[in-house]
Formats: sequence, C-alpha cells, structure tokens
Amino acid sequence: MTPIRILVTTLSLMFVLALAYGRSLIVMQKDKRFDVEKLKIRPGDKVVFQNHDEITHNIYSPTKGNEFNINVQRPGASTGVTFWTEGEIEVRCAIHPKMKMTISIAKDN
Amino acid sequence: MKQKPVLLSIALAIAATAPGAPPPPAKEGAPYNRESARKEFRRPDTIPFPDDNRYTRARAELGKMLFFDARLSANGGISCASCHRPQFSWTDSAATSVGAPGMPLGRRSPTILNTAWSEALFWDGRSSSLEEQAIGPIQADMEMNMPLDKVTAMLKSHPTYAKLFEQAYPKEPISGVTIGKAIATFERTVVSGVAPFDEWILGDETAISEPAKIGFDLFNGKAHCVKCHSGWNFTDDSFHDLGFEEQDRGRGKLLPQIQAAQFAFKTSTLRNIAQRAPYFHDGSLRTLEEVIDHYNEGPWLKRPSLAEEMRKLELTDTEKRQLVEFLKTLTGADEPVSLPVLPN
Repeated sequence: MTPIRILVTTLSLMFVLALAYGRSLIVMQKDKRFDVEKLKIRPGDKVVFQNHDEITHNIYSPTKGNEFNINVQRPGASTGVTFWTEGEIEVRCAIHPKMKMTISIAKDN
Repeated sequence: MKQKPVLLSIALAIAATAPGAPPPPAKEGAPYNRESARKEFRRPDTIPFPDDNRYTRARAELGKMLFFDARLSANGGISCASCHRPQFSWTDSAATSVGAPGMPLGRRSPTILNTAWSEALFWDGRSSSLEEQAIGPIQADMEMNMPLDKVTAMLKSHPTYAKLFEQAYPKEPISGVTIGKAIATFERTVVSGVAPFDEWILGDETAISEPAKIGFDLFNGKAHCVKCHSGWNFTDDSFHDLGFEEQDRGRGKLLPQIQAAQFAFKTSTLRNIAQRAPYFHDGSLRTLEEVIDHYNEGPWLKRPSLAEEMRKLELTDTEKRQLVEFLKTLTGADEPVSLPVLPN
C-alpha cells in the first residue's frame, strides 16, 4: 500500500468514525463561567469540558437520563462527556453555583 | 489488508484524542498588578432586583415589617431579626443560633448583608432565590415553626397588613409567594455601606494604611484569598470543605453524589467582616487572626472532599497582621437601622 493510499484510507476511516461516533465540541470554563450558555448537539456528540481557570471545578448534570459528574477537575484539565439521550439538560458546577449552562440534545440540531 | 487493524487503531486514537488534545494549559494569569486588581473590587451603582419582583417602596417597607414581626412565629416570640440582627451586621452573637425556645440550631446565622447579589442561599445553598429562602425559617419547626397557611390567614385577617399587601402586590393574593417577595425586597436593600477600602479603590491613597495595602496584595497573591473571595462583595458564592472536623455534611446533603460537596459550606462575604465574629458556619473561630491561622496552616481534616485550594500558605506573622489590617478596611459606615412600627 502506497503512503498516499494509507493516508486516504486513514482519512476515510476517520470520516466514517466521526459520523459513527459523533462530533466533539469544546466548552471552556474561564473566570468561573462557561464560555457558552446554550449548546445544541446531536446524540452521540461529545462535549469536552476544559478548565481554563486557576481553581478547581466540578462539572455535573442532575438531569435525569443524562446525569454525569466529572468530579474535581484541576486547572488545565480536559474531560469529554458523550451524550446519547435526547432532551435538554442543565449543566452546573457543584463548587460554583453561578456557573450554569444548558445542552440541547436532538437529532435535528 | 493486514494493515487495516493498524489503520483503524491509528484512526481511533486520533478520534479519541482530537477533541481535547492537547489539554489546555492551566491559565497563566498576568503578573499581579495592584492597580488592575483594584478595579475588580469596585462597588456597583445599583442593586439588582428580579423582573418578577421589582423594587417599590411599598414592597420594601412591607418586607421590613414582616422581617421584624415576631407574630410570624408559632410562639409569637421570634422574628427573622431574632437571628439576623442589624446591630450584629445582620447575624447574631452566638456561635450557632437558637431557634424556637430550647432548640439550638446546628449552624451560625448567616448575614443577610448584600444578599441581593447572592446565588444559592443558606450555608448549604439549598434555596435558589431570596424569595424562596425568606419563607424557609418561618416554617422550619426548629425555628419560627409557623405553617404558611397560618401566617397567610393571620396576615389576611389583619386590616392594616391586608391593605399593605394590596398596595405592594395589587394583583397577587396574600400567600407564601408574596410574603417571600416582600421580605426578599427588604433584604435586597440591606447593603454594606461605603468602607475605607472603597474610598481607596476610588483613588484616595490616604483612605487605608500602608500595611492594609500590603494586606490587599497578599489577599490577591500569596494568601490566595481572592480565589473564592472575589469581586466587590468578596465572595463568588462557592462551596468548599475547609477541613473542619464535624458531622454536618453541608452541601453534601443536597448533592450526595458529589464528593467535593461533602462538608462544603458557602463562601461568606467579607464586607463588614470585622463586625461578624465568631466565624464560619459553625462559629468555631473567634477572631480574624484565628481565621487566617486556619487558612495558613490548619489543622485540616484531610478527607477526600477537602478543597484542593487548601494548602499551607507560609505567611509570616507580619503578613498575617497585614491581612487583618486589610480586612478591617472593609467595614462600612453603615447607617443605623430604624425599627418599623408594626401594625397593631
């Protein structure tokens, strides 16, 4: 297999995997805020929560069907969460209650 | 074809790492600059009121009456002001409050000062609004112990109160909702007065002492206080386990699945803090010096929920004194509080 064919095959596989496994979207935590208040995603998409602050955060959602808990996330840490169930979920920081955002998960997003 | 699994694993590896790769570096803040830091603490010009409970004088005056009226309690002897006393910076002098007679409460009375800016009320943050918070202690059996239907019936049957509610909330019936709204409106008007620190922030270099200015630098730097006590109200409303030995799980009762919430309590405002001893949710520390010693070197109970930010600060005795000097500059020239004449 030539290098070009290897590259083409790799890129094709990545494209297929991206379709199969969903997209990745980054949400930043900076100055004790999320950089986005509302995020629209599709089932299977991954949201990567990045802590750009100098303090720890603890991102979680209590919304039934899409509960998650990142636990203590240190400065500089990055954590991905994949969502499968359609609906609108609340995302919070358990340490900083002013940090609020919603994620809408729907096939049509 | 033999290469396929290899390609697949490479592709999978790329797909798995791409979203967060490389992880962001920890935020490297700009070098500390006193002048820049001062701008972060400037007082706001207005008090925020929610859209569904805008300020009117009628609402604030009614709320003040309700706040000071002990007839809202089952025994007629306890009002909101029994534990939130203006002469003690809107808390009381006890380490932990006494509710109904013979009913010692487990936590210190939190101040209502500057709660207009608060998110998540009570030491454990269980109320999401002042309106909701205000009617909690009225009903709590350990505190005022008065069912809402009884409070409502009492107020409806009182001609003067009925008239005052009609003036304050003309399109709404007297209920737990309007009682909470009125008290919350009054509470939002309780704002700490202008302090020497505020004069310094505005440019009066003589308003605070040199040791206090160094204390401000320490507050923002070596002592790390600003990580939680940020902004003009000196709190970000966050919740932390500060390492006190106790059984009270604090916010952990509401969020049992969150490790960091266990034994965590709300970060208090530091406005007028010199007037509010003893300190912390259990009133366990008597002086500001003891508070700084606690942050400086503990002892802290090292359990999994202990806040990551709790690290030995290695402050010198001089630095500790400078921090205390700074904290004392936050005491405002608050006006004396007049008591309302209650409807008879």
